[in-house]
Amino acid sequence: MPESLPRLDELLERLENDMRAEIEKRGLIDPVMIGVLSGGAWIAQQLHGRLAIREPLGLLNINFYRDDFSQIGMHPRVTPSKLPFRIEGRNILLIDDVLHTGRTIRAALNEIFDYGRPAQVVLGVLVARDGREIPVQADCSGMRLRLEQGQKIKLSGPEPLELSIKS
Amino acid sequence: MIRDIQFDDAGRLRHFLTLEGLAPELLYRIMDTAESFVSVTDRQIRKVPLLRGKTIVNLFFENSTRTRTTFELAAKRLSADVLSINIATSATSKGESLLDTIWNLQAMHVDMFVVRHAHSGAAHFIAQHVEPHVSVINAGDGRHAHPTQAMLDMFTIRRIKGDFAPLSVAIVGDILHSRVARSEIHALKILGVSDIRVIAPPTLLPGGMEQSGLRVFHDLDAGLRDVDVVIMLRLQRERMSGTFLPSKQEYYLRFGLTEARLRQARPDAIVMHPGPINRGVEIDSRVADGVQSVILQQVGYGIAIRMAILSMAMQSGDAAVAAREAS
Amino acid sequence: MSYDRILIDQGRIIDPANNVDAVASLYIADGRVVALGRAPDGFAPDRVIDARDRLVCPGFVDICARLRSPDVEDADAEFAEYRAAAAGGVTSLLCPPDGRQIIDSPAVVRLLREQARNAGLSKVLPTGALTGGLNGQDLSEMGALQQAGCLAVGNGDAPVANALVWRRALEYAGFHGLLVIARPEDVSLKGDGCVHEGWVGSELGLPGIPACAETVALAQLLALVEQTGVRVHFNRLSTARAVDMLALAQAQDLPVSADIAIHHAHLTEAAIANFDANAHAVPPFRTADDRAGLRKGLSQGVIGALCSDHHPLALDARQDAFQATLPGLASLQTLLPLALRLVDENVLTLARAIALLTSGPARVLGIEAGTLTPGVSADVCVIDSGRQWIVGESSWLSCGRNTPYWNKSFEGLVTHTLISGRLASEL
Repeated sequence: MPESLPRLDELLERLENDMRAEIEKRGLIDPVMIGVLSGGAWIAQQLHGRLAIREPLGLLNINFYRDDFSQIGMHPRVTPSKLPFRIEGRNILLIDDVLHTGRTIRAALNEIFDYGRPAQVVLGVLVARDGREIPVQADCSGMRLRLEQGQKIKLSGPEPLELSIKS
Repeated sequence: MIRDIQFDDAGRLRHFLTLEGLAPELLYRIMDTAESFVSVTDRQIRKVPLLRGKTIVNLFFENSTRTRTTFELAAKRLSADVLSINIATSATSKGESLLDTIWNLQAMHVDMFVVRHAHSGAAHFIAQHVEPHVSVINAGDGRHAHPTQAMLDMFTIRRIKGDFAPLSVAIVGDILHSRVARSEIHALKILGVSDIRVIAPPTLLPGGMEQSGLRVFHDLDAGLRDVDVVIMLRLQRERMSGTFLPSKQEYYLRFGLTEARLRQARPDAIVMHPGPINRGVEIDSRVADGVQSVILQQVGYGIAIRMAILSMAMQSGDAAVAAREAS
Repeated sequence: MSYDRILIDQGRIIDPANNVDAVASLYIADGRVVALGRAPDGFAPDRVIDARDRLVCPGFVDICARLRSPDVEDADAEFAEYRAAAAGGVTSLLCPPDGRQIIDSPAVVRLLREQARNAGLSKVLPTGALTGGLNGQDLSEMGALQQAGCLAVGNGDAPVANALVWRRALEYAGFHGLLVIARPEDVSLKGDGCVHEGWVGSELGLPGIPACAETVALAQLLALVEQTGVRVHFNRLSTARAVDMLALAQAQDLPVSADIAIHHAHLTEAAIANFDANAHAVPPFRTADDRAGLRKGLSQGVIGALCSDHHPLALDARQDAFQATLPGLASLQTLLPLALRLVDENVLTLARAIALLTSGPARVLGIEAGTLTPGVSADVCVIDSGRQWIVGESSWLSCGRNTPYWNKSFEGLVTHTLISGRLASEL
């Protein structure tokens, strides 16, 4: 049974607090933030300032790393990935909007590791829902959610940012 | 029709043999896809894993360092395994037949052939005889077509000039023997360029060009007037003397692109050349190296365009393998 | 099957040589035509062929057909082309001099005639080589070739070195009473061309043979005919312009004649679209205007004969890019239906179409064939002009499958072919 969704601001605040706690727990010095395009990037844009991350926000486009390339093909217009910092030895805060099957995060990790070997990667998502197909877990989240068969949760944006559940 | 064989049952691009008859939407799609790959080649990690595990064979029956290396680089940047085979075709040593060559390679589980051959229609012939999951990319067949070159030229034009419709484009040189020219003309027509000009001495022009809506010029100055894009073709050595032209000097006199001649075109006109250039024959060094020349950019874009075409065509092969395994 | 007396009963007999087009019966005995219409006294047939609703014509005389089968090793394959000829209604044919063995010696002539006798089907008249080894330079021993049985000489598709050699060859052939068969083509203008030099070929990037390659050579030869007075037959024309030039020459009473290959009355350069090597022919298929000019030549009589230009090729010969394939079409069995198609399309009358296959070529060659005059050898074909059939496995007898008409359907089929009064082919 899906809970009624909390307001987006509230979810953001919960995620922000969760992440702050995790950063402190792990003693992460000078972490960098990467948002997965496009939903994760919108969320990351909010968090980047709130968590006072020093280096500019990194953007990751996982289009070329997807595992369903042969079914859906190439999407012609893609905003390219942009990681304006070294990956080697860095602590990375990876941000996405919804964690569902885990495939997007798998692709994102592959791409990050192509750039270099990070010290650690902390995954923060706005909503972690059920339905994992790959063993990936969120370290931090705004909320955890179980949906009914056929239901989808989606973040739309960038202005206004809106989370909605559709059947 | 050749264009029919280029698509699989689901309408996906399978073989890339000729631009003739293709829809403008497809050409735009190729260019948009190439746009994403330009960013890939720009960043520090120049590879993406899209074609990992795939085997691409560059089958070159005609020598070409330039085209072969760009295809090799394109394939490698997509993480594919690449094999380049140079098969010289001499009249005396016929060796293995074309079909046997293809079948032997296919038996080694090749996913894609990139073919360059001296005979027009060779890539088409090969495409008719490969297995359903194998794709064929035409890297130049005889005088017939060089579709990837034309695409990279269109991509270059779009990046610099934007919209195609209002442009005036001139193609200069040995149109008669040029597969590049034929593919360029198809591309320009499909993309809606309103003023397409061909400029060449009468001995180097095929008959019937006017009927196809092109403006024919034998005078370079007149032909270049107010043009936005100048595409120079290479004059091949074998044409430089004998029955086509008396000498390369004579050619340069009438058809060489000098700075003075270039001034006939618009001040922001760009100069293109598929390469390799013959300095002092079809083009003056100062123009080739000048500000209006985009020749080197073309080379860079050539890799992005070929990455786009390789990945788009490979998608059809994946589907064919899946279908076969499901049955 | 050998029958002494045959009655071909109540068919529509079309014998252009004698201006006959009537429903009647044909009486054959001892290998000859004995009567048309009324039975000779006491004629008791051993075999009656019911020809009601059928056409009955003289057997076809094919000025150019290659019996070279692509499969050299197989003995049966050798006779396949003869069977295809008989099934196609061809009772006499000329094979060109550039076969597997060049016909430049009496021994080869005799060998070919013996092979034909062994096959027991179509009568084969070898065309002798104009020059030794077809080298285009040295005259062949035309006297010996004529003695061995050649009626005509030619250089096939091989070039002749220059006008002087042509002149000498014409004079020498004329001296021996030999007809010269020439396919006009200037080798320098032809270059490395393999298709018509036109829009289709240009778009496909295939090297072209301009129309002037034919007309330049034709002009040269016509001038030499005027000079020498020797009979020349121009074989396999492909341009409308050539027809015009020939008409002019005939009006000037030059001893010239011409034929076209049946395919040139139907196909144009459009046939090579998509690099279809089945349309790779010599000479190439040209424009629609050329086809129109050739058709006009057929109907007006400038062109006196239709030939099959049969050239069977093995599968290998076509398994490559267009430029690397051998040219040639297998055509013995499509000769008749394609000729009938010209009647359907109102290009020719039925009588004219049959004449182009029978009396026309016979007149060119000066032989007693292509006619049903009482007393001549009984070379006859019976045709069901309405019968539908498909070119395919079950119908095609030639070893060569190189035809653009494979799997296509036709109307018109030879049901019986008699050669020298013996049934050579029967459905």
